[in-house]
Amino acid sequence: MISKKEIKHIAHLARLELSDTEVEKFTDQIGDILEFFKQLQEVDTDKVAETSQVTGLENVSRKDEINVFNNEDELLECSPHEIENQSIKVPKIF
Amino acid sequence: MEITKKSLAELSTLFREKKLSSREITEAFIANAKKKDPEINAFVTQTFDLAREMADAADARLKNDELLSDIDGMPITLKDVVCTDGIKTTASSKILENFTPPYDATVWKKLKSAGVVLMGKVNTDEFTMGASTETSAFGVTRNPHDPTRVAGGSSGGSAASVAAEMCTGSIGTDTGGSIRQPAHFCGVTGLKVTYGRVSRWGTIPMASSLDTVGPIAKTAEDCAMILQAIAGRDMLDSTTPNEIVPDYKAELEQKISDLTIGIPKEYFQEGIDESVLQIMESTKAILQELGAKLVDVSLPHTKYAVPTYYIIAPSEISANMARFDGIRFGLGEKEKSIHEIYTKTREKGLGDEVKRRILIGTYALSSGYYDAFYRKAQKVRTLIKQDFDTAFENVDALLTPVAPTPAFKVGENINDPLQMYLADVFTIGASLAGICGVSTPVGQSSENLPIGAQILGPRFTEGRILRIAHHIQTNISTQ
Repeated sequence: MISKKEIKHIAHLARLELSDTEVEKFTDQIGDILEFFKQLQEVDTDKVAETSQVTGLENVSRKDEINVFNNEDELLECSPHEIENQSIKVPKIF
Repeated sequence: MEITKKSLAELSTLFREKKLSSREITEAFIANAKKKDPEINAFVTQTFDLAREMADAADARLKNDELLSDIDGMPITLKDVVCTDGIKTTASSKILENFTPPYDATVWKKLKSAGVVLMGKVNTDEFTMGASTETSAFGVTRNPHDPTRVAGGSSGGSAASVAAEMCTGSIGTDTGGSIRQPAHFCGVTGLKVTYGRVSRWGTIPMASSLDTVGPIAKTAEDCAMILQAIAGRDMLDSTTPNEIVPDYKAELEQKISDLTIGIPKEYFQEGIDESVLQIMESTKAILQELGAKLVDVSLPHTKYAVPTYYIIAPSEISANMARFDGIRFGLGEKEKSIHEIYTKTREKGLGDEVKRRILIGTYALSSGYYDAFYRKAQKVRTLIKQDFDTAFENVDALLTPVAPTPAFKVGENINDPLQMYLADVFTIGASLAGICGVSTPVGQSSENLPIGAQILGPRFTEGRILRIAHHIQTNISTQ
C-alpha cells in the first residue's frame, strides 16, 4: 500500500528524521492503516457536501481593535535559542 | 469521616456549612495522593504547596462571605495540556518537558476565578494521542481498580486522579473519546461537551475540528458543577458560539420519565465483551424503571466512523504539530542549519504515536491523495453527522456502550496501533458529529473492573444527558 521510499518522502515533508528501523516499522503499520481506510470508498458520497465545522458557525468576526500585549519578553524566554534585539537567533535560512 | 470518599458536591456543602475547611479537604487529598500516586502515576507535576495557599485563600473568602462559586475551595487536577502560567505544561511529551507557559488557558483562568484549588497537572497520552496513556513520555498511568491495567486515555491521569481519590474533579480533553473512555475504565463520570461549549484557548490542540475540553469527576452532579464554571463564549476561541449557559445543576432534579432514549443497533454488534453487554441490559432496566421510554434506532454509517476519524484527526494533527519546530518554545537542538534544528528536535522530542499520526496526516493531505482520503473522509463525516441528527428527530438521547471492553492490561495493545484505534468505535461517532456525551459508571465485570454506559445527546444538551446520568447514579446508589 505504501513503499519505504514514500514513507521517507512523507517524513521529509513533515520534517521528521526517521531511523531505518522506524522506516521499516512505519511502512508496515501505515500500510495496514491505509488499507483499512479503503473501506470508505464503498460509501456513495457523490452528492454529499464536506463537513469541516459542526455547529453551524460561519464567518466569525470581531471588531478590529488594538490589544496591547506586554509579555514579549516572557514569550521570548520560552525559546531555547539565543535572543538578540527582541528576536530569536537561528542559522541562516538561505 | 472519610473526606476523600465524598463527592465534590458533598464536600462543597460541608465547606459552606463550615464543617470542613478547604485546607482540611485539600490536606486529605494531598495525603491520599502521596500514598497512592507512586503506584498509580497520575501526576506529571504536583503543586501541593500552591494547593495549600489556594485552599487558605478559599477559607478566607468563606470567612468574609466572599465565595466565588459553588466549587470554590475544591481541589482539582488539570490534564497536562492545559496551559498554566508559571507551572510546567508538558503534554506528556519530551518536546515540552521543560516548557512553562507565560499565560493561562481560558479554562484554567475561569476555574481560578471560581476559586478552585490546583493539586497538579496530570498525565495524558503524548499530545493526547492514544487511548491508554502508554504513549506518555512519563510512563503509563495505572488503573486504581487494578494496577496491572491501564487507566485509559488519553485523559487517563484525570480519570485516575479522581478514581484514586486524589482530587474532587479534573479537567480533561476529548477528541475521539479521551474523557469518556478513561472515565469508563476507572469507574468515574466523564463529560464530553458539545464542540464549542467550552473554550479551548490555551489548551494544546490535537485535532482542531474535534477537540473539546470537559470535566471528569465522581458524579454527574459534580460534572455539572464544574461545567457551570467553564462553559460559554470566549472571544479567544471563535468556535464557542453565543449559546446560553443554563443552570446545569438545577436541571439534574427534573424527572426523566418524559424522555425517549434510543438504542442504536449498530452499537451492539459482535466483538463486545459479555460483561459490557450485561451492564447495558441493567442500564436499560434502570432507565425503564425511571420511566424513560426506550426505542430502537439506527445509525447506519457507524462502521465508517473509525476510518473517517483516523483520516481527519491525523490530518489536523500534522498541521497542528508543525508548530513544534524547536525554535520558539520547548526542546530545541543546536544545529548548523534550520532544517536540522527541525528534524533533530522532532526526532528527539516526539514519540512513535505522534510521528505515526503526523505521517498519516501528511500523506492524506499530500498532493494526489487529498481527494481520496481527506475530502472523502470529510464527506463521510457529513453522513455520520446526519445519522445522529436524524435519530435526534425522534429521540432525546442515545444509550450505548463506551468501549467494547473494560480496562485492558498495560502493554496489551500498544504494539498494534490499528487495534488501539478500533477500540474507539463507540466514542468517535459523537466526536465527528460534534454532539455531547457522558460516560457514567453503572457496574462491574466479574473481575471487579468498572463498566460505564454512554449517554449521547444533541448539541448543547449537556444538562439533559447529565440529568439522565444523575438519575442512573441515584438509582444505583439507593439500591
